[in-house]
Amino acid sequence: MRIKSQKDFFAGLLYMLTGIAFAWGATNYNIGDGARMGPGYFPLLLGIVLAVIGGIVLFQSLVVETPDGDKIGKWAWKPLLFIIASNFLFGILLGGWPALGIPAMGLIIAIFVLTFVAALAGTEFRFVEVLILAILLAALSWFAFVWGLKLQFQVWPTFITG
Amino acid sequence: MDLINNLSMGFGVAFTMQNLIYAFIGCFLGTLIGVLPGVGPVATIAMLLPATYALPPVAALIMLAGIYYGAQYGGSTTAILVNLPGESSSVVTVIDGYQMARRGRAGPALAAAGIGSFIAGCFGTLVLAAFAVPLTEVAFAFGPAEYFSLMILGLIGAVVLASGSLIKAIGMIVLGLLLGLVGTDVNSGVARYSFDIPELTDGIGFIVIAMGVFGYGEIIANLSHPEEQREVFTGKVEHIYPTKEDWKLMLPAILRGTMLGSALGILPGGGAMLSAFAAYTIEKKTKLKPGEVPFGKGNIRGVASPESANNAGSQTSFIPLLTLGIPPNAVMALMVGAMTIHNIQPGPQVMTSNPELFWGLIASMWIGNLMLIILNLPLIGLWIKLLTVPYRWLFPAIVLFCAIGVYSTNNNTWDVWMVGWFGIIGYIFIKLGMEPAPLLLGFILGPMMEENLRRALLLSRGDWSVLVTRPLSATLLGLAAALLVIVLLPAVKKSREDAFVED
Repeated sequence: MRIKSQKDFFAGLLYMLTGIAFAWGATNYNIGDGARMGPGYFPLLLGIVLAVIGGIVLFQSLVVETPDGDKIGKWAWKPLLFIIASNFLFGILLGGWPALGIPAMGLIIAIFVLTFVAALAGTEFRFVEVLILAILLAALSWFAFVWGLKLQFQVWPTFITG
Repeated sequence: MDLINNLSMGFGVAFTMQNLIYAFIGCFLGTLIGVLPGVGPVATIAMLLPATYALPPVAALIMLAGIYYGAQYGGSTTAILVNLPGESSSVVTVIDGYQMARRGRAGPALAAAGIGSFIAGCFGTLVLAAFAVPLTEVAFAFGPAEYFSLMILGLIGAVVLASGSLIKAIGMIVLGLLLGLVGTDVNSGVARYSFDIPELTDGIGFIVIAMGVFGYGEIIANLSHPEEQREVFTGKVEHIYPTKEDWKLMLPAILRGTMLGSALGILPGGGAMLSAFAAYTIEKKTKLKPGEVPFGKGNIRGVASPESANNAGSQTSFIPLLTLGIPPNAVMALMVGAMTIHNIQPGPQVMTSNPELFWGLIASMWIGNLMLIILNLPLIGLWIKLLTVPYRWLFPAIVLFCAIGVYSTNNNTWDVWMVGWFGIIGYIFIKLGMEPAPLLLGFILGPMMEENLRRALLLSRGDWSVLVTRPLSATLLGLAAALLVIVLLPAVKKSREDAFVED
């Protein structure tokens, strides 16, 4: 059997697996019946519906012809990795990671790291440009969020402010 | 007259210095972010939402409405000048707008979009104000069965207009509904799907999903194809004001678009996009005057009419939200989220329990539209400058504002981890051709649907037929079924597919 639409094949699979997972999870809660719906009733119902929809999408992807096979195409690993990494690093630096003994480094350092790591995701990386961008963003964020909107942020690392 | 009284109360609320300033800031920020290519209204609103946390509820909603209009107008600017539809509703604006820009008529095109939007906005606001009271009374006649059926109709309505595969879009709704159920069940107190993680017992934040999927996911997808050479018409926008002939052509088109948009916007799932498509189709069918530029070659009517229609539509799509509490599209779903943060449960009770807020919001919509035209025609040069900013400077800034935004929601790094995961999920959605907008709508409606279904079935002692034996509920479900059947009819299916690939 040949997959006729690669995108739909995996989308259908994703729906089916997620639906089954939710329905299976729902059985851990009290299902109840129609008149007295337990916490598991609605998720079980929806999980089954999603799994059925997934099945239909999957079936169509094997039967309905598409002109070019609806290929998923290359995954953009580089942007994916750097964008997501910059987000996670920002969180770690801003709030610290007590379990690993990493202290909070504060907003300004977190912004610089995020800007540099995120910029690596692009096709071009020019150090001076990114540095200027980071300085601008740090200044703007401090001005807008800390000074203007008075949001609660730790701005500098603990070992500087004490 | 009640309408006049109500509106004047609304204007009394909206015309305070403080609220006018917030409306202005909202429009300005909304346009600023909305102009940036690759940032749609959903991402714009999600990104700017944290800025409204500290404000009083009325001011926050006024500012958000301003952001919404600004983001939409910004999207049209991008469509005309860069040939990039920032959002689905400006897809048709691109066709003639960009051609006008290529012929050095970017100015009149932008002016037509702005003036059309303003006229449509004024009319849409009036329709909204006039329909709000009677519809709210209808809403009070709704029982849980009717609400459940109405939500089904709204969800189906939202996806039949979505581009791409219908069944995949329905799958996204169901997935959204399921994600909306994560967290503590209000009825039994059971923490569902929370894996003993304390933060998950509060459920998944809608901002996290919106920013992860619409912000990060889009950025990753944009970065995966190399930055194409964008043709931006800088410095060519000199004569902003349309000529006399332009006026003669565009005024009737604006009026047609406004009427059509106001009517279609009320429909569940209707709103901006359908209105724009329908308006453009109608203009195309009307006969060309002698000497008029053909459609697709830069006809001003092809800009004026769809832009008026989508603005009127986006105005009247507030009607289902404000009167019934049901968001008709992803942007309105975000508004629901924003209202809940400020402890307002959208629905018919808002108008009676909180009339200042209700009528103040409606009045501020009109003010928002006025501000856009005041702000945008003179500032057009600034927006054009923004379009020339290379993407490699923009995306780190967008990532940063998303990260700061989610962190400041709860001052908790948990949300930062979640937005990262949803970024990955959002990219997978894009790669697999799964549309994220229905997911967000389902996510917001999930708990509401469960609650109404529970109540309906409790009253009927577990008998599902209550959904079809109550006449109002049966009608709503019948409409939903009819919509599905119509879309699946071979002839309609074909033309629907054509409409979405038409260039």
